[in-house]
Amino acid sequence: MQMIQPEQWVQLMANTDFVKLTQNGLWDNNPALVQLLGLCPLLAVTGTVVNALGLGLATLIVLVLSNVAVSLIRNFVNDSIRLPAFVMIIASLVTCAELLMQAYTYELYEILGIFIPLIVTNCAILGRADAFASKHSIVPAALDGLMMGIGFMVVLLLLGAMRELIGQGTLFSDMSLIFGDIARDWEIQLIDNYNNFLFAILPPGAFVGMGLIIAGKNVIDDRIAKAKAARAHDVKTGSKRVRVTGNIS
Amino acid sequence: MALLSITSPHVKGPQRTAGIMRWVILMTLPGLALQTYFFGWGNLHNVIWCSLIAVAAESLVLWLRKRPIGFYIGDYSALVTAVLLGLALPPFAPWWVSLVACLFSILFAKHLYGGIGYNPFNPAMAGYALVLISYPLAMTTTWANPVASNTPSITETLAIIWELSPLVDAYTGATPLDVYKHEVAVSTAEEIRSNPIFGQRIALGWEAVNLAFLLGGLVLIGLKVMPWQTPAAVLAGLALPALIFGWDEDQSAPLSLHLFAGATMLGAFFIATDPVSSATTNLGRLIYGFGIGLLTYIIRVWGSYPDAIAFAVLLMNFAAPFIDAYTQPRAYGYKKANRGPKASDKP
Repeated sequence: MQMIQPEQWVQLMANTDFVKLTQNGLWDNNPALVQLLGLCPLLAVTGTVVNALGLGLATLIVLVLSNVAVSLIRNFVNDSIRLPAFVMIIASLVTCAELLMQAYTYELYEILGIFIPLIVTNCAILGRADAFASKHSIVPAALDGLMMGIGFMVVLLLLGAMRELIGQGTLFSDMSLIFGDIARDWEIQLIDNYNNFLFAILPPGAFVGMGLIIAGKNVIDDRIAKAKAARAHDVKTGSKRVRVTGNIS
Repeated sequence: MALLSITSPHVKGPQRTAGIMRWVILMTLPGLALQTYFFGWGNLHNVIWCSLIAVAAESLVLWLRKRPIGFYIGDYSALVTAVLLGLALPPFAPWWVSLVACLFSILFAKHLYGGIGYNPFNPAMAGYALVLISYPLAMTTTWANPVASNTPSITETLAIIWELSPLVDAYTGATPLDVYKHEVAVSTAEEIRSNPIFGQRIALGWEAVNLAFLLGGLVLIGLKVMPWQTPAAVLAGLALPALIFGWDEDQSAPLSLHLFAGATMLGAFFIATDPVSSATTNLGRLIYGFGIGLLTYIIRVWGSYPDAIAFAVLLMNFAAPFIDAYTQPRAYGYKKANRGPKASDKP
């Protein structure tokens, strides 16, 4: 493969629309809220903030690296076999992530269980590889992966926080599973003697929570669209002279 | 005289929602009175407490949705949901259990779908199922024990529900269905029946309450407030498997216990007949009701919940539009009934 020269890097960076990619990943085309991809892990493991963060980080890393790798090989892989090739790349990256988690955050690895290997089947990752990374150069592909990953992780965290708060009345419990001993006293007990609300911790609660988050996003989008429409309307109004001759148009 | 007679058709004024709902509430009152007599003041408290929450929550949502508040509160539908929840919840359920159930019923099960007439699920049962799943301990340990030498006074009941004093074991106990379900594996029917909660006949207290709901329901059918098909089919759907599989009392609960010891009559006459979430054709109502009865039996006997009306009703609510689509009657002037998916349903 041809090495990319420093001046070409500058060129690549300049050709990338950072703002649009960021906006797409985080809001306009958010993998969880708009594309509704990767719902299986999203709904299954967001019982607490720490689970959500663990899976979100793993997905983020895999997404960035797979986008970079797919972008690098995009000109060498035949179109008809591209999907198996992408899946091979994603699967090897997920295996790496899994082994890393097993080594450094063993308890979290145990809790997340099957959902770490299942990152392979997360449609958000294959979707970005096929729809974006296989058509773009390395810098936009990496940035797209990063922003999509962050967009996905933010939704995971939001849902995790909601479910942990409503389900067991705490926030950031067991954060030491990721951050080690410094995170031992991060747990916030918001309500004393809280009666665990099992519905929020069980999968049905995840569906309801997800529905509420999507509804919230739609409300915000509606407000923005209305505000824009109102502004556009203002521009049109100008002083108009009353025509007294000719055709009234 | 003959000149004064009116020619047909004799049309009565249309039944209005408020009228139906008022009758439904009225006919639950005998059951509520007997519940209060046998199980103490808990159910009465729950009915009142749920009504307050339901009306407040309904008003709030209507205000947020910019709908006429007086008009929709005046149709009594929120009140019916609250009354059914109050009757169904355990008498000594803590105040926050009723609160969560009631808020979920009104806010989620009813208004997120568009309010009265649009809710696919029975709001009261959605709220009940939610707390049953969420608070298994609070929902199984707070049933009243009708054998207690003296039922708690009003102040004691309030103190227990508002958690000012701890739950008194003497006042509470498992329901007859629960006891039978768990002991049938190790004991004979005679041994189980020696437990005083079964009383002399079927199940102390429960039999009278169920009878009251049955009579109230029959009055509603007589007044044509509700169709007879749904409750009849629910009872048949429950009785048939109970006769087939339950003939041996040593193996599973007998028919009498199934009909008169749980929420069966309340469910058959007051919950399954919800005009919004049930099937709407006559044949459909028979299928819908039979499904509820059958599912209730299946969940009660082979499932992990001792009573199952809520889950059975929710599952059949889910199937009601489908049943309706396939049981449309033949319209006058057509050779065949227009059944199955409509052209407008196809994507």
